[in-house]
Formats: sequence, C-alpha cells, structure tokens
Amino acid sequence: MPTSTPEALNTLGAGLILISAFAMVATRQVQGVVRFFVLQSLLLAASSFLLGYDRNSVHLWTLGGITIAAKVVAIPWVLRRLLPGDFYERREISQAINIPASLLLALLLAVASEFLTGPLVMATRDPVVRVNLPIGLAGVLIGAYSLIARREAIPQLIGILAMENGAFFAGIAIAPELPIIAELAVAMDVILIAVVVGLLTRNIRQTLGTTEAGALSELKEDPLAWR
Amino acid sequence: MIETITYNTFQVLFVVAFAPLYAGVLSRLKEMVQSKRGPSIFQPYWDIWKLFHKDEVVSEETTSIFRVTPYLAFVMPIFVTILIPVLTDYPLAFAFMGDMLAGGFFLGLAGFFAALAAVDTGNPYGPMGASRTRMVGFLAEPVFMIVFFTVSFVAQSTIPYIVQQKWVASVGAFFSPAHILLLIAFLMLILAEGGKIPVDNPSGHFELAMIDESKGLEFSGRGAALMKWGGQMKFLVLTCIFLNVLVAPWGLAHGQFIVDVLAAVPLILFKVFLFTLVLVAIESSLAKLRLFRISEFLGAAFIISVAAMVSSIFPGA
Repeated sequence: MPTSTPEALNTLGAGLILISAFAMVATRQVQGVVRFFVLQSLLLAASSFLLGYDRNSVHLWTLGGITIAAKVVAIPWVLRRLLPGDFYERREISQAINIPASLLLALLLAVASEFLTGPLVMATRDPVVRVNLPIGLAGVLIGAYSLIARREAIPQLIGILAMENGAFFAGIAIAPELPIIAELAVAMDVILIAVVVGLLTRNIRQTLGTTEAGALSELKEDPLAWR
Repeated sequence: MIETITYNTFQVLFVVAFAPLYAGVLSRLKEMVQSKRGPSIFQPYWDIWKLFHKDEVVSEETTSIFRVTPYLAFVMPIFVTILIPVLTDYPLAFAFMGDMLAGGFFLGLAGFFAALAAVDTGNPYGPMGASRTRMVGFLAEPVFMIVFFTVSFVAQSTIPYIVQQKWVASVGAFFSPAHILLLIAFLMLILAEGGKIPVDNPSGHFELAMIDESKGLEFSGRGAALMKWGGQMKFLVLTCIFLNVLVAPWGLAHGQFIVDVLAAVPLILFKVFLFTLVLVAIESSLAKLRLFRISEFLGAAFIISVAAMVSSIFPGA
C-alpha cells in the first residue's frame, strides 16, 4: 500500500500508463497512436516528478524534464515536420493480427509481466517498486508486441518508444539514482531514432507511395510488367 | 428499523423522481454543445405526463408478455435501488437482501422481457433491435462478471455498501491501479448498457441504426411512458452504482438523522451533474461505432477489467 500522497498518485499514474499502453494497441489511426504515446509520456514524466519530490532526487526531476522535452515536445514535432498531414489522418492500419486478438495478446503480456515480477515484488517492501515494476515490464512487452504486429512505420517507431517508456517507468522505481549522463544519452538516442525513422519513412513514401512495412515485400519489380 | 425503511423509501423516491431530470439535463447539455438551444430540462417529465394521458393501443397478435413488460421495466430498477447506496453510506433495511449480482440479475430480467416483448409484436424493427441489444448484452456480460470478481476480491464482499466502505477506508485502495482500471471498464460498460454514443445513439430517429430504442417502438400510452421512465431509472441506477460504490462515496449521508439524508440529495445530484458533464464530453467527441466494432469496444473493456483483476490479485497492488 502506498504510504504518501505522491506515491498514491504515482500508483494512479501506473494504472493510466497501462491503459494508454492498451490504447496504443487498440488504436487504428496513426494520429491516435501518437496522441496516446504523448499521453503516456506525460504520465511517465508526472510520476517521475512525483517520485522526485517524494524522495528528494534531482535525477528523477531531470528525467521528468528530459521525458517532456524529448517525448512530449520534440518527437511529435519531428514526426509532424517530416511527414505530410494526410499521413496522420489515414485510418485502418493493416496489422498482422487484428485488433481484438492484439488486445487479448496484450492482456496476456500484462498478466505474464505481473506473474514474472511476482517473486521480485515479493522480495521488496518499497510500495513504489511493487507497483512500477510489473506495469513497467508490461509496458515494455506491449511495446515490443506492437513493434511486431504493426505494419506501418510510425506505429512501429512508437512501439519502440513505448518500450522505452515502460523501461523508464520500472527504472524510476528501481534505480532512482541513475546517472544523468545515461538519461541524456537515452533521450538523445530516442530523438535520433525518431529523426532517422521519420526521414526513412518520408523517402520510402516518396519512392513507393506507401509506408506500409507489409507492402515492402513487393519491392522487387515484377519482371512480367516490363515486357 | 422504521428509519432505515423510510430512508430506503427516500432512495426509491429519489431515483423515481430525478431519473427524468437526469435524462433531460443530459440531452439539453448535448444540444448546447451542438450550439442548439435544446428542449427544457423538464421535457422528459412532460413526455411521461403526456404519454400517461394517451390511449394505449395493443396489437391483437401480442401475448401477455407484451402487456407485462412495461411494468417489469419500471419495477426492476426500483428493486435494484433498494439494494445499493443512493443517499446513505450505511446499509439500509434491505441492503443484505441481495448483492451486486442480484442487481445485475434484476436489470437483466427487465432487459430479457423487453427483448421478448420486442419480438412478440412482429414489427420487423423490434426483433432487430432485440437481437442487437442481446449482442451488446452478451458482450457486456463477461465485463460485468470480471468487475464483480475484482470487487469481491478487493472488498471480500459483493454487497454494494460494504464495497463502498472498503474503497473509502484506505487511500491506497482508492489510488491502486486496479481501481482506476476498474472504473474505466465500468464506465465503458455504462455507455454500452445505457445505449450511449459510441455504442448507440440515443437521439437517433433512424430505425435501421437503432439498438436500444427500437425495442420500444410498439409501445404506446401508459406502456410507452413506463418503458421510458424505466429506462431512465435504469441509467440513473447504473450511474449511482458507478459514482457511489465504485468512484467515491463523497456526498453520501453519514448521519442517522433525516436531515442528513435530505442534505445528501443536493450533493448526490451535484455529483450526478458532474458525471453528466463527463458523459456529454464523451458523447460529443466520439462518433457512433459501426455495429461490429462494438465487439472491439467491449473487448477493450473486458481487457481492462481483466487487467484490473490481475493487478489486484498479484502482490504488486
């Protein structure tokens, strides 16, 4: 049971982070996926601010600041700049597995992460670890899943970033004294990933007219068409 | 004993009296969001009054089910009302007669007869609406059950009063991930059961797209009034379960005196009004889902409720 108000609010944030992870799996629109990602990053930042306040940790405050700067401001802006508007308005991302089945798999991943972290959680008395560890791991696994199941470039990118959100959410509880240099390196990494994937996506789109990863298997030109 | 029975009667009167007002405020606010003036918030009362003074026409082809259904639809929400905390936060006379499952059973019984009555008439739209309601119903059923499981696991009881005291007892339980997940699952359930957007459009007039409304098309006069009133009461009862049992018991009367109970009335109305604002925001910002997308919507509710159950069972919570 959480003992102080910031910890209680962190627990509330944990529930919302899990919901936004599910929402990212369930959303069809690219725009919606990005929005839920921004929401999740905001919640992550809020909970690292809360824990930073609770534990007097400058590192956590910095982490929250970096999260807001990189994931709430920079990445959506970069993606918005690199890709044309109609890209975001499109619906019906073709997925390897349809959405209800995806949701069930995401649920299984969440259950698995609660199950796997059970022994670890039993070993600690820290209420924050008890909440953050399973939900952080669930965030990582669900992000990895959407990386596999999605077939559009940008939702795949968001999958990577959501994995990272999950890892950070578990991390702020386990290792609140993570050196700032590591956090900064990760944050820069994340922005670079976004830029690279965004640029690649734009180029692929300009050459092929689509960004569906599933359609890329047809890159080889049909020799019959040239006769 | 006499007192608690009186307060229970108050609760029933509260639900019976304010259910049309709730529906009226909701539709007025929705119209205002759409920059229209909208009907008066008391319009549902005039509608019910008007329908009571009209002749009732019953088709010769129908059976007794059609005649009984309006009364069942009106009475069943009242039965649920005596089981749940509407105005007080301590158990009243009939609180231990049934738990949340009994409440679900009463509402389910009313829905079952409404579906039968819709099929009974032979009107082509009725059975269509009935089958759709059943579809939404059986998709919503697992969510209901998982919510009950979770609640009974956390609170060690399914009696609404005890569950509500369990949530208020500790701040930790209130903020736990299980609680917030449960709230969102139950909110999605209310939207589906109450026939609100994104599942159903309550203000639509196009029979082919109706889910909930088309069951009542054949009723007239008193029957239509009772069906309408019963539907509004059902929604208010669901809202009360959501707000008083699951969200927070703020505003409920704690004292044993009649003054305390009466003072709870405006507070509860205010709480319901705040919830109305949330509903208006949801209904105005989302589009109605296609029929076969409803399974996805309720599937998501199911996933969230199972996640709530899991996170309350495992030691993390």
